[in-house]
Amino acid sequence: MPKRIVIIGATSAIAQQCARLWAAEGASDFILVGRNADKLEAIAQDLQVRSPEVTTHTETCDFTDPIAITNLASALAEQGPLDILLVAHGTLPDQQACQNDLTIARDAMLINGLSPAYFAEAFVGKMQNQTSGSLVVIGSVAGDRGRQSNYVYGAAKGLVERYAQGLEHRLADTRINLTLVKPGPTQTPMTAHMEGQDKMAPLEQVAGDIVRGVKAKKPRRRARLVN
Amino acid sequence: MSKVHSWGRLGEYNHDVEVLRDRALAPRQIQGGTPGLAFGMGRSYGDSCLNPDGKLWKTPGLDKLIRFDPEKGRLVCEAGVLLRDIQRVFVPQGWMLPVTPGTQMVTVGGAIANDVHGKNHHVFGSFGDQVHSILLARTDGEVLRASVDENPDWLSATIGGLGLTGVVLEAELQLRKVDSPWLDAETLPYESLNEFFELAGASEAAWEHTVSWIDCMNTREARGIFMRANHVCGSLGTGPMPSGKKKTMPFVPPVSLVNKLSLAPFNQLYFYLNKWKAGHSRVHYEPFNYPLDNLLEWNRMYGPRGFYQYQSVVPFAGAREAIRGQLDEIRRSGQGSFLAVLKTFGDRQPRGLLSFPMPGVTLALDFPNRGQRTLELFKRLDSIVREAGGRIYPAKDARMPAELFEAGYPKLHEFLTYRDPGISSAMSRRLMGY
Repeated sequence: MPKRIVIIGATSAIAQQCARLWAAEGASDFILVGRNADKLEAIAQDLQVRSPEVTTHTETCDFTDPIAITNLASALAEQGPLDILLVAHGTLPDQQACQNDLTIARDAMLINGLSPAYFAEAFVGKMQNQTSGSLVVIGSVAGDRGRQSNYVYGAAKGLVERYAQGLEHRLADTRINLTLVKPGPTQTPMTAHMEGQDKMAPLEQVAGDIVRGVKAKKPRRRARLVN
Repeated sequence: MSKVHSWGRLGEYNHDVEVLRDRALAPRQIQGGTPGLAFGMGRSYGDSCLNPDGKLWKTPGLDKLIRFDPEKGRLVCEAGVLLRDIQRVFVPQGWMLPVTPGTQMVTVGGAIANDVHGKNHHVFGSFGDQVHSILLARTDGEVLRASVDENPDWLSATIGGLGLTGVVLEAELQLRKVDSPWLDAETLPYESLNEFFELAGASEAAWEHTVSWIDCMNTREARGIFMRANHVCGSLGTGPMPSGKKKTMPFVPPVSLVNKLSLAPFNQLYFYLNKWKAGHSRVHYEPFNYPLDNLLEWNRMYGPRGFYQYQSVVPFAGAREAIRGQLDEIRRSGQGSFLAVLKTFGDRQPRGLLSFPMPGVTLALDFPNRGQRTLELFKRLDSIVREAGGRIYPAKDARMPAELFEAGYPKLHEFLTYRDPGISSAMSRRLMGY
């Protein structure tokens, strides 16, 4: 049976790299969820050329609409059990812009904090009765403490961490494993404009750690991903 | 603005860096404004990949494979894909890039822009010979396809065109069939240039890969280690897998580790070690083709002042004298490095207007940057190359005089008509006026 892998925010660089590693491991059925259909299609093509035995589906979704997210989770769960759910989407907002304009701050907290929580919640409800499965949520070391340079982003990621902690507690008696991954600064397009990007963790290394962590069912939050 | 250096680490320069990630969006990203330059992995040694105080369009985010035709072995991919990733995906499927340079940590776009060559030039030519078509974005918004049938002149201008004709978004590459990732290799010591030329001549017909390491410090006669190899055909057993272990040169040492004190003894040791090990062996294609790829950031070993590489090619007629002359100059100067390669190119003309390979003999050496003394040595090497009717490899260069560039690349004037006025590099300003 091919693994069914759902990736939320499939166009993110870390998600794309994880998908390539999973595709290289063998037959998988990817459900790639994102906001832009063309970009998702390009990623689906890439995975298929890399591993001819994978199949791909793409889904677009409003990432801030709880109803759309609930419906998506129901529709996907109806088609069969899910082996892996990776919640990987996010943006890196400009802290100063958030301070100047609360609409920007709200949107940043919505997409980086509430939205991942919505996805995790919607899918956990569908997955918790499965006999196995992994739920992976990408947080950030920025959520560990507030800093003046990025506390809007940090607050949103802090929400994700607390949410994951609660979910983990709830899943303790189930066969579902939850991993909260907190990468440090990583060489992705999101950080490309930042000084010293060459000193950040390489994307491949972070994705490799995530994929290995999921396989080993690593205790959440322990994932050694801070660089 | 971020500081960017090239592989030779001769200096760090401010660049306004923009990331290209989406091939549909890229043509708009490169339009208008101050001139920019596509930048892949930064493996060019000198100034061909730099555009100080200007824009750099980083391409490694354009890393998607688009289509593969398993009948013909043709791959369409984005220009930021690493050669390493193509090899790793396709070797298990029985296909491989026919031509790769001494590192696989370069992008497809960079390999086209420098028309890189490998150890099997006499069989497959250079990277450009494997390019079936490209999609090229110009800074005026035009996106054009160039292939043997459609806009072939744009293809010849872009192969070896140093990124100056536009930004390559996609390429269609011809792969070659392989039965396994292993090569059967033979290592032979040689103790004179004549012996090298005999080995090179005798190996061409029966061996796909030929290359040699040369000891640039030996006082009596040139000596070195000749390596030749063929891909293992059929299911003739297996071989060792590469360890995959990577080491990083952890910091830039305060002085070059390659210096007068270290060089001669190292070369001596290396020569005798390999002479002792000479013979047949089976090797995986990665350690054979890319011996330095597991030593990350090895370019730091030359210290804070960085290093130059000098790579020239001279035509076969007069090659012996020219190579001997260059080696004499290098030995007398006490400069140079243990990274020294002597190799013959096959008798074939390259496709690119500014392609480097030509029928003849190429010598490549690293030189720790010792300022004026190093530049003086290069002037003496230049005159030997000029005299012999040879040329210098732009991908490695940071200092050749414009006049030598013009003499070595007779199709330069034709090339200039294909330049994109919105693209400029430190090298193009140095050698072509803008």
